[in-house]
Amino acid sequence: MFGRLTWQAIPWSEPVPLIAAGVVGLFLLAVISWVFVKGYAPYLWREWITSVDHKRIGVMYCLLALVMLLRGFSDAAMMRSQQALAFHGPGYLPPDHYDQIFSAHGTIMIFFVAMPFVIGLMNFVVPLQLGVRDVAFPTLNSVSFWLAASGALLVNVSLVVGEFARTGWLPYPPLSELQYSPGVGVDYYLWSLQISGAGTLLSGVNLVTTILKMRAPGLSYTRMPVFCWTALASNLLIVAAFPILTAVTAMLLLDRYLGFHFFTNELGGNPMMFVNLIWAWGHPEVYILILPAFGVFSEVIATFSRKPLFGYRSMVAATMAICVLSFMVWLHHFFTMGAGADVNGFFGIMTMIIAVPTGVKVYNWLFTMYGGKVHFSTPMLWSIGFMVTFVIGGMTGVLMAIPPADFVLHNSLFLIAHFHNVIIGGVLFGAFAGYTYWFPKAFGFQLDERWGKCAFWLWFLGFYTAFMPLYVLGLLGMTRRMQHFDRPEWYPWVLVAGAGAVLITLGICAQVIQLAVSIRNRALLADLTGDPWDGRTLEWATASPPPAFNFAVLPNVTGEEPYWGMKERARALAHLLTTEPSYEAISVPRNSPTGVVTAFFGVFLGFAMIWRIYWLAGLGFVGIYAAFVVFAWRDRSEEEISAAEVARLDRSNRMMRSSVLAEEAS
Amino acid sequence: MVARRFAGRHRNRSASRVLALVLTTMLVTGCRGSVLDPAGPVADGERLILMDALGIMLVIVVPTILTTLWFAWWFRASNGAALYRPTWVYSDKLEVVVWCIPALTVLFLGGLAWTGSHKLDPMRPLQSRGSPLEVQVVSLDWKWLFIYPNQHVAVVNRLMLPVGRPVHFRLTSSSVMNVFFVPRLGGEIYTMNGMVTELNLQADRTGKYPGLSAQFSGDGFAGMSFDTEVTSGSSFDQFIEQARAAPAKLDDTTYKSLARPSEGDPVQLFSNVSDGLFENIASRRLPPGEGPTSTGRPYGSTAGED
Repeated sequence: MFGRLTWQAIPWSEPVPLIAAGVVGLFLLAVISWVFVKGYAPYLWREWITSVDHKRIGVMYCLLALVMLLRGFSDAAMMRSQQALAFHGPGYLPPDHYDQIFSAHGTIMIFFVAMPFVIGLMNFVVPLQLGVRDVAFPTLNSVSFWLAASGALLVNVSLVVGEFARTGWLPYPPLSELQYSPGVGVDYYLWSLQISGAGTLLSGVNLVTTILKMRAPGLSYTRMPVFCWTALASNLLIVAAFPILTAVTAMLLLDRYLGFHFFTNELGGNPMMFVNLIWAWGHPEVYILILPAFGVFSEVIATFSRKPLFGYRSMVAATMAICVLSFMVWLHHFFTMGAGADVNGFFGIMTMIIAVPTGVKVYNWLFTMYGGKVHFSTPMLWSIGFMVTFVIGGMTGVLMAIPPADFVLHNSLFLIAHFHNVIIGGVLFGAFAGYTYWFPKAFGFQLDERWGKCAFWLWFLGFYTAFMPLYVLGLLGMTRRMQHFDRPEWYPWVLVAGAGAVLITLGICAQVIQLAVSIRNRALLADLTGDPWDGRTLEWATASPPPAFNFAVLPNVTGEEPYWGMKERARALAHLLTTEPSYEAISVPRNSPTGVVTAFFGVFLGFAMIWRIYWLAGLGFVGIYAAFVVFAWRDRSEEEISAAEVARLDRSNRMMRSSVLAEEAS
Repeated sequence: MVARRFAGRHRNRSASRVLALVLTTMLVTGCRGSVLDPAGPVADGERLILMDALGIMLVIVVPTILTTLWFAWWFRASNGAALYRPTWVYSDKLEVVVWCIPALTVLFLGGLAWTGSHKLDPMRPLQSRGSPLEVQVVSLDWKWLFIYPNQHVAVVNRLMLPVGRPVHFRLTSSSVMNVFFVPRLGGEIYTMNGMVTELNLQADRTGKYPGLSAQFSGDGFAGMSFDTEVTSGSSFDQFIEQARAAPAKLDDTTYKSLARPSEGDPVQLFSNVSDGLFENIASRRLPPGEGPTSTGRPYGSTAGED
């Protein structure tokens, strides 16, 4: 009846997961009962859960990322403290538990923090910057988000029901094959990734279509903001690379469920094929994450330097070069597998070539600041922090791209330091810069600057304290994933890294406080005009938060930096914003529960497959199919907002802007 | 009051003593297993390339970081003395420079990578007058088996090498993947079941060098460390004699029991290693080890169920 699921699946004897799950459960219960007691449930259902508005979905993606960041970071804190305590001793986490923690840490941070964060930002910003009303397929967008959330949920369920993978964040066979990992851990990993990966692929298709087919009049490719270009490159990579991930996880599932032999040791299977395939996805994945972050920095640095981005065409060329090259470097993840000198040399050189466009980007940001008026707001601090940190990470990356150097650095803590250097210093700093930069656009008030700067400095110093020692440890020959060690020369550096984790904890606390303080002071921090930073691109041309239809009248773009151009003309004439366009009724897509219903059945399908409860899996599948059929047979897909309502919303924002402009002029 | 103050001062003193101890450990023992302190030509070559590349890149990276900080500070909004050029967005000359700096660096480093990966190819025999010592390595769960096929002896969890003589390793695994790694000798390489990888190393200095696995291989992974003892030729011969006299023999049966998962195994010597043992393991004529399944929680095993 319940497959492999028994009461034994719950780790009654292990206090750590039980307490963690208890606390999270109580917290969730408190939030849900608060929602119901206060009567917010219908509002949440109507305005958020079933919303197909790209802005709402973007916000929910970012929220998912922030919540999962807390989970992923608790794993990191446990790893650091375990290693600090496990010198000549067992520490407090037994190997089978420690192995799950580092596997979950990597999986969560990449798939459920970094990915939703950048996808959330792209979802929110891209249609606004393109000057359009929504993405190409709004309901599909909602399905994508809820599938990502389902994957995240399944990973977290593994904390208390069963176990998570004990194989690392990329489950290399043969360790991940049924023979050597007979538990449900790897199945949790594979099904979560199948479900959320499908969501990511759909999201990629959606954004590629939006950028290619739906831009405001006059917004040609060469006038698109750089963030849109990086979003295009990133989503093209998603469309090209995620099918590989789906295929390779499906092959491993076939091995584990139906006795296939794609990656087994015996009967013609080849584990090295898995390693090749997973990195053929895995390396583009790195650029899927970092390219949108590059886009954020390009926007932020230009805005806060009060100058257009330097070398726009160079930036676009560099972005697209990275997009193509990122598919030709995957072998550098396993130079030590004995491929031979020619192959290693080739992939080493290809990897270095990627550093060229990346270097060009850094110099262009540098020259954007040159001759500017640099304002050190929080997003700019993250950006400068990124420029300093990322060149170090890039340097160590190129170092490891040299095969002979990799022969002594592969899988050591030097590698760990390198990729945290680029992922924290690049992707996460970018996500935080974007979060602070576009927060007022999403909610109509700015985030508290004092706590924001405090968070930046704690993260920045915490990062260096936590990860510079790992470079040293790598050079001292310490490898990754060690549950205990007995080498005295490693111990002090492990302790310093632990202290860094404490600083980062404080940084996260500062961010939580920042959010709370900003919500409390939202009236003081309100963004009345919709343009709090003196922005240059179209998202600042509409109110904060933007109305459901984004723009009352689609903007007519006549140059690069369209909104800056409008403002320049307005300042010259001192009256542009008073001439009112003629308003027309606007159709917006109707809300749809398709996404959340699909995901609901998706969770059951995944959970049932993990535990081999096949009748429930069938039910889940039928549920998903039925949700699609119902959606396909809908007879109304749009709702109309009347011209009067459009006019009312737009006039109030215009009045605000005109009065501010008048003040500036006087 | 006095007592409390005294206690406070005492705590301070011991805190500073701990700090001093920590700093001394960092400085003095910093190099014991370091890849920057090579004990052989391969590790030496790898370190040289590492340091060269680092040096070349630092020439670019350090000025870039300093310029970033300088530009950000000098062009701060409150600095009235700084130039403001709000429309300066393009410069031919700068674009050329900006593409050329990283491109030239990469051209330089690319050459280093290409020649380096050929010169230090793990499969390439080391130049030497004498014939290399053959050593076969099998990664077991969770220990290392080193077979000296020409001497017909084997050791678990200790690698004995003669100083100054090249060593040709052939490596495989009894179950899951591992990476053979002796940081001070250089040259990591994967061990994989059903496959043989090759590695050429040499130790030029006597001493004891820690070795370990660099690829996670299950619950006992953290304990997969071994010492590499590099001794003079005569001490190495003595060791071979000692191993030949060992009562334990390594045949298929002993191997099978050895391949069972275990942790913290002591150093064990074996005599009379049966001919072709390594080939039988690598070609899977000997069954693979049962692998890392025996630990963990008691549910979810298909063994008793399906």
